[in-house]
Amino acid sequence: MQTLNFQQLWRYQDQLIDGTLHTLLLTLVAAVIGTAIGVTAASAVRSGPRPVRWAIRGYVELIRNTPSLIQLFVVFFVLPGFGLRMDAFEAAAIALGLYFGAYCTEIVRAGLESIPGSQVEAGQCLGLSRWQVFRHIVLPPALRSVYPAFTSQFVLLLLGTSLASQISAEELFHTGGFIETRTYRSFEVYAVICGIYFALVMIFKLLFAAVGHLAFRWPVRR
Amino acid sequence: MRSFSLADFLSLFSALQWTAVLVVIALAFGGPLALGLALMRTSASRALRWIAIGFLQLVQGVPLLGLLMFFYFGMPVFLGVEISPLVAVGIAMTVYTASFLGEIWRGGIEAVKHEQWEAAACLGLSGWHQFRYVIAPQAFRMALPPTVGFLVQLIKGTSLASIVGFVELARAGQLVSAATFQPLLVYSIVAAIYFAACLPLTLWARSLEARLNGAR
Repeated sequence: MQTLNFQQLWRYQDQLIDGTLHTLLLTLVAAVIGTAIGVTAASAVRSGPRPVRWAIRGYVELIRNTPSLIQLFVVFFVLPGFGLRMDAFEAAAIALGLYFGAYCTEIVRAGLESIPGSQVEAGQCLGLSRWQVFRHIVLPPALRSVYPAFTSQFVLLLLGTSLASQISAEELFHTGGFIETRTYRSFEVYAVICGIYFALVMIFKLLFAAVGHLAFRWPVRR
Repeated sequence: MRSFSLADFLSLFSALQWTAVLVVIALAFGGPLALGLALMRTSASRALRWIAIGFLQLVQGVPLLGLLMFFYFGMPVFLGVEISPLVAVGIAMTVYTASFLGEIWRGGIEAVKHEQWEAAACLGLSGWHQFRYVIAPQAFRMALPPTVGFLVQLIKGTSLASIVGFVELARAGQLVSAATFQPLLVYSIVAAIYFAACLPLTLWARSLEARLNGAR
């Protein structure tokens, strides 16, 4: 039985904080890219021409049925081939953004489909413009029904950023590897890293629950 | 350095069997655990419910990569013995499967109306028989589409075993890529193999879901 020793890890506080901030930054950038893709792609799937719809379906299925790790590798090796020079962090942000975008497309599409077409027609009968129908009739209930799925996907994205360490983007998990090679306290390092991820997830879950409650009166008590 | 050949392609395919082994291990050990967790989560005992919730929150609040590292480096610390990557990865995938399937199956059990339990109790069935003969068949129908959907997540998740040096499909891809210096080609083929394995399951899950909605 080995003895546990967390003492040495204290020295690496700064790196841990830095790694945590990078993880948060990577999550936010990927979430913004992904949400933009999701909203655009979901609207295009509803009203775009057929080839566009097929292309989007292909993108969604491709991303959803291949491992995130392999997607990271492909993006990391593809972009330089097209003359785009970028560091691991940017490649990870793009790969994870594309990943989040695919799930987001499905979530937003489901949200839009949850609005009965008759409500849109009713709005049009009242003489509302297309934008007004969208803004006042479609958007509020769609946002509300999309919110829980979006937040759990966001948490999965936060955990998924750990994969970026495999193309040596300097986020929290990568920091773990860095400290491990200097202290040889492998188990202690990864226990602490897991603890930080857990704390981040709990903070976000509480935050999302609070926002959901204030903005959407979520969860609905039956 | 050599160019990508048929032998490389075949080595990728033979690595796929280790991906399959991991999936089977995760389901064989994680499945029963998941059932236990789902029953704990829906039981009348508050203590059991809280233990199950604590376990689920903990496992789902940590990256799968973190679970892998935790057990890979943790088992020697806890047990005092070195363990093979297969055992470490097997344990991590089992815990991961148990927590996600446990939540999916809990959803299925809760979707069955509470009166069904009471009706079964009125017939004089014991607690386990109420679950086995009345609740489980209905819960199974509801939970089947997301369970198949989770299989896809599981297959994709096994790719992380590559990180502790376990040679499954993703790791084989890394090895072949390092030998041939054609990362784009190799990883595209690896992605295509995963895609071919996962897409049928995704489509199956979707058709099951459509059938379930149609029946309601």
